Amino acid sequence: MMTTRRTSGYRELEHIADWELEVWAPDLASLCEQAALGMYELTGARLVLDKRLKRELEVHALDRESLLVAFLTELLYLGEVEGLGFDMFEISVENNTLRAQLSGAPFKALSKEIKAVTYHNLAINESPSGLEARIVFDV
Amino acid sequence: MVSLQDMKQTSEFEWEIPQSYRSDMRVPVRIFATKKLLEAIMDDKSLEQAVNSATLPGLVGHVVVMPDMHQGYGFPIGGVAATRLPEGVISPGAIGYDINCGVRLLGSQIEYEAVKQHLSDLATALNQNCPSGVGKKGHLRLSEKELDQVCQTGSRWALKQGYASDSDLRRTEESGFIEGADSGKVSRRAKERGRPQVGTLGAGNHFIEVDVVEQIFDSQAAQAMGLVKGYLVVLIHCGSRGFGHQICSDYVKDFQGAVRKYGIELPDRELVCAPLNSTEGQNYLAAMRCAANYAFANRQVLAHFARKAFEQVFAGKVRNWHLHQVYDIAHNMGKIETHTVAGEQVRVCVHRKGATRAFGPGFEGLPEEYRSIGQPVLVPGSMGTASWVLVGTQGSMERSFGSTCHGAGRVMSRSKAKKTVWGEDLRAELQAMGIQIRAGSMAGLAEEAPAAYKDVDDVVDTVAGAGIAKKVARLRPVVVIKG
Repeated sequence: MMTTRRTSGYRELEHIADWELEVWAPDLASLCEQAALGMYELTGARLVLDKRLKRELEVHALDRESLLVAFLTELLYLGEVEGLGFDMFEISVENNTLRAQLSGAPFKALSKEIKAVTYHNLAINESPSGLEARIVFDV
Repeated sequence: MVSLQDMKQTSEFEWEIPQSYRSDMRVPVRIFATKKLLEAIMDDKSLEQAVNSATLPGLVGHVVVMPDMHQGYGFPIGGVAATRLPEGVISPGAIGYDINCGVRLLGSQIEYEAVKQHLSDLATALNQNCPSGVGKKGHLRLSEKELDQVCQTGSRWALKQGYASDSDLRRTEESGFIEGADSGKVSRRAKERGRPQVGTLGAGNHFIEVDVVEQIFDSQAAQAMGLVKGYLVVLIHCGSRGFGHQICSDYVKDFQGAVRKYGIELPDRELVCAPLNSTEGQNYLAAMRCAANYAFANRQVLAHFARKAFEQVFAGKVRNWHLHQVYDIAHNMGKIETHTVAGEQVRVCVHRKGATRAFGPGFEGLPEEYRSIGQPVLVPGSMGTASWVLVGTQGSMERSFGSTCHGAGRVMSRSKAKKTVWGEDLRAELQAMGIQIRAGSMAGLAEEAPAAYKDVDDVVDTVAGAGIAKKVARLRPVVVIKG
């Protein structure tokens, strides 16, 4: 799995026991969006396209890494409890609060389960194109 | 990267990374492995993770790593670490997201040779009765009040509901119930995830397996457990589902602030922790125990439905289709225990992540029939290979905080496994070996291919050779149900 190396994207990295994703984007909001898209792709998520719906979410955290983990964890929660996945995001980040307008649909298929988004070696680093991070998912 | 030159070999099965290896280590790392097993994990980061884990405040003795170790997140899989009460820390990441994940073994009086023509029906019945796979909900829909009861009383709740017998509870670690749980310390999110999932297997490496007892190594212990060569047994491997995953996620997030508050510096944010005697530490302990009780109840309800499947298939075909509980034991848990460290009796919180408690003979918490043989240890192998029944030893009490291995341990990444193994091919291969497979996802099946794991026999030979467990029986799978 790999998107072309544009200004934003994600790719899966080798990990012995879990899944690891490398994500890059110009800013934190787009980094969160790419991470979400990559996470859904890892799980083999497919949506029921004619049942689109919208949701809003807001998470607060100590720093930007924690915001990223909290945002993805909230998506896992919505996936498990409501059976919903999302493919369009409008995200804003201000003062350690992330707000997102999510557009998606119920899952048509989901082939693999993520237990949790971890903080393992998680650091959002500056890069020539903006920001990049590696995220390990417990599966 | 830790290399062989950084380690001292102390016996055929034991190695040590001295505390002097890195200045922030508080204790040395003790590794149980043969040279072959050690070399198999040198390419991954498990030893570096073990060294990172040795920086947790309040550690005593050694950080111990089992021969099935592999790279995890923060703390290595196969790791054991004990922190001194009251001021030592508890680290949710050193226990894992699947709190109290574990294995249950049920024995039977059913001879494999007499029923092998019915195993396809049995696989189908188990698959229908025991919900598995991503997003699958269970037969039960618990109210908030019922979930609170599960949190507070674990398998006792299942007993009241008619899903368990007294003997099941007696033969469960902690009798299927840990005191000190407080559902007030569990988030609404966790409760919402937990309510529909009691009695579900989940996906990933979780499974229900029917095995044949292939070889007995300790006839006295096997007899006490009711294990007979050539007879069927059932292994159930799962944990606390989304309930535990959410609790761990919530507290790993909260503890990002706790480490700042208590001035704790760590090499990896996944290792965040709080002193056991702090409000944060106490809150996590109370929430973790809710997840532990949930996991005990979950495996108990799954056992109930596995019994139902056996009844559906074997009633009228064999004289006795009952499944008796052999034991239920966790391999992802934090436990308050007393151990002898440098000649001193110390109260500690033993973190086991991918490691099994393996208390030796005489332990009072064991049912009477197991007290002279030691605590049963259940070691599932990779899909299609063997699983093992062991018992704890005095050696494990002395060398590894009463702990031993928990499985085979991965050697191949998930992405490589799914690139090199086709789920359909693997299923055909396993069926050709006489193993009935029911799997929710072919991609998921490929990631769990036997080639992605170490040889479980090598792992068991190592813990037996090191004296931190003793062999009782080797099991061969004939039915595998995976989510």
